[in-house]
Amino acid sequence: MKGDRLFRIVLWIVAGLFSAMMVFMLASLLKESLPSIKAFGMHFLYGKEWNPVVDKFGLLPFLVGTLITSVLALIISVPFAMSIALFLGMFSKGGFWPKILGYGTDLLAGIPSVIYGFWALFFLVPIVRNFEMKAGIVPYGVGIFTASVVLAIMIIPYISSISKEVIKLVPRDLIEAGLALGATDLEVAKDVVLPYCRSGIVAGILLGFGRALGETMAVTMVIGNSNSLPKSLFAPANTMASVIANEFTEATTTLHLSSLIQIGLWLFILNAIVNVIGMLIIKKMEVK
Amino acid sequence: MEKYVLKVIDLSAGYSGNWVVKNVSMDVPHNKAIAIMGPSGCGKSTFIRCINRMHEVVPGASVKGKILLEGEDIFEMHPVKLRRRVGMVFQRPNPFPTMNIYDNVLAGYILNGIKLKKEEKDRIVEQSLKNAFLWDEVKASLYKKGTFLSGGQQQRLCIARSLAMNPNILLLDEPTSALDPKAQAMIEELITELKKTVTIILVTHNRAQAARVSDYTAFMFLGEIIEFDDTAKMFTAPKDKRTEEYLTGKFG
Repeated sequence: MKGDRLFRIVLWIVAGLFSAMMVFMLASLLKESLPSIKAFGMHFLYGKEWNPVVDKFGLLPFLVGTLITSVLALIISVPFAMSIALFLGMFSKGGFWPKILGYGTDLLAGIPSVIYGFWALFFLVPIVRNFEMKAGIVPYGVGIFTASVVLAIMIIPYISSISKEVIKLVPRDLIEAGLALGATDLEVAKDVVLPYCRSGIVAGILLGFGRALGETMAVTMVIGNSNSLPKSLFAPANTMASVIANEFTEATTTLHLSSLIQIGLWLFILNAIVNVIGMLIIKKMEVK
Repeated sequence: MEKYVLKVIDLSAGYSGNWVVKNVSMDVPHNKAIAIMGPSGCGKSTFIRCINRMHEVVPGASVKGKILLEGEDIFEMHPVKLRRRVGMVFQRPNPFPTMNIYDNVLAGYILNGIKLKKEEKDRIVEQSLKNAFLWDEVKASLYKKGTFLSGGQQQRLCIARSLAMNPNILLLDEPTSALDPKAQAMIEELITELKKTVTIILVTHNRAQAARVSDYTAFMFLGEIIEFDDTAKMFTAPKDKRTEEYLTGKFG
């Protein structure tokens, strides 16, 4: 039909525009970071020093900071997220409190990150500082560990709500088959349900990881903003996103600004890599 | 040894106070095939799901009465222990899609965390698959996923999975209703062979199937057992008018 064709053309144009947008963004990031690419070349990637005063810029401290905080956040959040997902997706038989818990975790995903940062600054940081004093570490309070905990709390709703949905999709038949063989609920969860939805769960975890990589505001507020390579889990540091947020207003030289933009470019690439790896894993793990 | 492997005494079961099975009593002798037939919605599936306590898994389920497995009250047993002694095969074949054929047969052991030696595993797998008439068809592809098998083969795999646990009783909940006639015939042949070693309780809405494979038949209607008798007797001379009407196809 004529209307159908028009509709299809409109959809094509909208989708095309959006993809073009991405290409355009990538191109402009690339263009703006050219001065720093020319100045440092590949050295930018493994340069350990970030010193605006002498116009020397290297990405490594922030790359390390980003990866450590994100991975640590995953390690902390996955057990919690899985427990919530299994409870809501498989064990709870409905009713008032499970529903409240479900809405509650979903609501956590909607809280603006500046509020997380604020909360962490006034609640989490003193606790960590106390612990550091007792443990005999320099009591900054802020640093990698604090940032990771905040990130973990922020990504739990993402991982748990996706995992909950895929757990709900496990055929009732299979769960009953497991139970009828004399397996306990825990054994069915571990050997039937989780293997069946592993690809969906991995997708949820990677979504959480992607979010942790790029999270800016909350991390900037509690990571301590130090531009040197972190020496311990409790040391102040910076992530790629937090250094951009922290310094872009005060970047006066072209090279400084261009280096910050190049960090943005690499963050973009890092996220893309995580996404591609994620898709490959999901494809490989799919239950046929 | 108890005379009956299973004694059901005045059993009622239902959901949220709505009784689907009403005051059912039944004595099941060893190593026989019992067919439970009746129109859909008469409570026959709910009834056999009480025997391995799968009925209680559904939210809002309620049950009263007594079931004795070799003299032991099943409602005082741990459901996990009970279900290892009472196997169940479902309407739709449901092998575990994440496991290969070998592991599917051993699923009862794997799920329960029971460690076995390799030789013992091989023996159980081979024996169970032979008992389920499946060994010759799959012996070359034991490490392939069970979901690549045909519907009938998958159902026999599920039977092998139950047999691997050495149950006293095997519950079959309309095991052939999702299968083609050829696969159905094979399962029926299998049932007549299996009853030599294990008691079989078969739910079916297929009258001819009940007549072909069972020694005793129970006719259920609106949650009650109307008649429970020797299969040959019931099919030739039913005592109750409703049984006769059902058998002659007047309803259901």
